[in-house]
Amino acid sequence: MAYEVVIGLEVHAQLLTQSKMFCACGTRFGLPANTQTCPVCLGLPGSLPVINGTAVEMAIRTGLALNCTVQSNRFARKNYFYPDLPKGYQISQYETPICEKGWIEIKAGSATKRIRINRAHLEEDAGKNVHDGGTDGSRIDLNRAGTPLLEIVTEPDMQSADEVVTYLKTLRDILVYLDVCDGNMEEGSLRCEPNLSLRPVGQQAFGTKVELKNINSFKFVKDAIEYEIKRQTKVLNEGGKIYQETRLWDVDKGQTAVMRSKEEAHDYRYFPDPDLVPLTIAPERLDQDRGSLPELPVARQQRFVSQYGLPEYDAGVLTSSRHLADYFETCVKLFNQPKTVSNWVMGELLRELNHSDTPVEASPISPERFVSLLKVVDNGTISLKVARDLFPELYASGKSPEQLVQEKGLTQVSDEGALETIIDEVMAKSPAQLAQYRSGKDQVLGFFVGQVLKASGGKANPGKVNELLKRKLAG
Amino acid sequence: MQISKQEVEHVAKLARLEITEGEKDAFSKQLSSILTYIEELKSWDTTGVEPTATVLDQTNVLREDRARPSLSVEQAVMNAPDSDGGYFRVPKILEER
Repeated sequence: MAYEVVIGLEVHAQLLTQSKMFCACGTRFGLPANTQTCPVCLGLPGSLPVINGTAVEMAIRTGLALNCTVQSNRFARKNYFYPDLPKGYQISQYETPICEKGWIEIKAGSATKRIRINRAHLEEDAGKNVHDGGTDGSRIDLNRAGTPLLEIVTEPDMQSADEVVTYLKTLRDILVYLDVCDGNMEEGSLRCEPNLSLRPVGQQAFGTKVELKNINSFKFVKDAIEYEIKRQTKVLNEGGKIYQETRLWDVDKGQTAVMRSKEEAHDYRYFPDPDLVPLTIAPERLDQDRGSLPELPVARQQRFVSQYGLPEYDAGVLTSSRHLADYFETCVKLFNQPKTVSNWVMGELLRELNHSDTPVEASPISPERFVSLLKVVDNGTISLKVARDLFPELYASGKSPEQLVQEKGLTQVSDEGALETIIDEVMAKSPAQLAQYRSGKDQVLGFFVGQVLKASGGKANPGKVNELLKRKLAG
Repeated sequence: MQISKQEVEHVAKLARLEITEGEKDAFSKQLSSILTYIEELKSWDTTGVEPTATVLDQTNVLREDRARPSLSVEQAVMNAPDSDGGYFRVPKILEER
């Protein structure tokens, strides 16, 4: 039988606050165990939580960017026992999330597709379990307990692994642009849990859904979903049954394995947290927040096309990161040839950055120095080829292009006398080709141009060489 | 309203409580009588009254987002039954496979 897949996504985004959601402990990643805790996040008796105002503000801004209704809300306790949850409940939101009913648009081939957002709510993170494989118990680090999270839940609107990856990238770009999350999947500041079910093509009712966890890169999202589609198809085709369960992605084995059955575990007994008073959100404040949202990725991409006349592809690459887009725009302000800047940024710059695994905001080559290279090409001091060859050194050395050109004697040769000397030598060495050219084979010109450029060490001005060659070859 | 023995067992399991057969019967009776009283309260007409989740009339009590020093590791784990190298140590978690 033919099946179609239906996928919804839960994303947990760690908010970029200085302190935790309900206490003043810091939120830094990678500190020694239990050095970032206090009575509130340890769940000690008598301690009381107080809401982090900046986390609320970030949730509001995100909700607006995701076209959600942002509303007055309150916190609830989600009750369950697990060693990484000191209080025996997680403070989350249930009946009234801060944001609900929104959407974002993603690219689906040449068209766009709207993915509906069911809700986005604030909650606190749990701690971390360390299983060391021994038999003497598990170890718990509560540094992360209480870190603010925004859980963003979609409707089941996605129908392939590729759509999920596109949605996730689009969402990440928005969060990073808003400065509310660093979007780092490997470090766990952006976590995604797809839920996925199959149904016979044409059937309305959903099949039994399975939740996938332990997916910490875009590649694993794709791999895990594709694996799970195959697995469920096989089970169904063999007359088997899909169980509602959580499955973990195992990177080494390239497969999912059941983690725990959700049949009974779902009884969280939510109730309003009596320690926290409601949050009201005034409409005037929303208008103000809406007005202060930064330009979002899709809008910026469209502007790059209309304002700079860039191809859609270039605009997409350049706006994929806010910092890259900023870099590009700084360069264009200094050197108003957008397409040239775009070529260099997407080509040479990104190659070197990727090569050394450096984010663009930490680029060793500033927009000023970058642009000065484009300028010395533009004014004819060096050829395009020399500039390209020079780039890795420019990137690594911290020197100015002018300095490098001078040190290495790379100034482009446009002087007719000097060029004619080289041309004469090349002609003398290539009598056969010369005869061919003179018998009417015009394409041999390319051979001579190449030889002259080579003999000049790439420094000859190609335009000038062309012009001189034509004259001299004609005899 | 009757709370069955099975419901008592379910709630006890969720709360990780071990209770004896005798206690199950006792709790079943006590919880039933509490809920019967709640049923009585429900006969009151509350049309147009918002559910009360707090008796405080405050809203938007917020904290400035500034990190302050945390406890030391020693302080953090000092009340724990067991710890190891700055970590809390708990019985091995068997649920995850």
